[in-house]
Amino acid sequence: MSETKKFLYVNRKAPYGTIYALEALEVVLIGAAFEQDVSLAFLDDGVFQLTKGQNTNGIGIKNFSPTFRALGDFEVTKLFVEKESLEERGLTADDLQEIMYEDEDDDWEEKPSIKLVSRAEMADVMADQDVVLSF
Amino acid sequence: MAYDVNGTTVEHDEEGYITTLSDWTKELAGVIATAEEIDMNEEHWAVVNFLREYYEEYQIAPAVRVLIKSIKKSMGPEIGNNKYMYELFPYGPAKQACKIAGLPKPTGCV
Repeated sequence: MSETKKFLYVNRKAPYGTIYALEALEVVLIGAAFEQDVSLAFLDDGVFQLTKGQNTNGIGIKNFSPTFRALGDFEVTKLFVEKESLEERGLTADDLQEIMYEDEDDDWEEKPSIKLVSRAEMADVMADQDVVLSF
Repeated sequence: MAYDVNGTTVEHDEEGYITTLSDWTKELAGVIATAEEIDMNEEHWAVVNFLREYYEEYQIAPAVRVLIKSIKKSMGPEIGNNKYMYELFPYGPAKQACKIAGLPKPTGCV
């Protein structure tokens, strides 16, 4: 197989109202089959995608937020969330759902997938990628 | 297009996946399996039940790797392996078992 590249999927939009968030997640899941080094970034309104207790009954759309918790099963284990974006929206890490993965290299210990990073650190994360896809 | 379950009809798409997930019943699973030329045994049901539970929790079908790991845990390594899964579901555990379990076609599965 060809060499592994680092892919970053950047999520900037709220989960509902546009199709971007759901489409990004679908692309991540499809891409996961190609065994690349995949990370996700959540900034601006994109941080709302990870909030817990979402209820979409009123808008007649499937609540796809539980699917983020399955990402670890697809070996997608790096979800970078920008601190400033959370703060600007009155959110904290406690408002986000718990997303864990089992670390194959550490006796399958459960570890959190969400990593809070500052805006400056997020720039470094982006600079470190081979491919950045923005949604 | 529709399946016939004891006189009631259940709509499905051109590939045989049911269109309304809440239409699913065990009887329907049997009807779909028959259409797929699969004779459901305890092992088939273990796979179908796991798929439904996983979908209920995550709103998505599991990766095949995750399915096999779970079946290995519940039914042993003789059954929980890739080769045996293809013996149970010759057209692929993801594609065919999801159809019988009444789930949408798995993402990325062409």
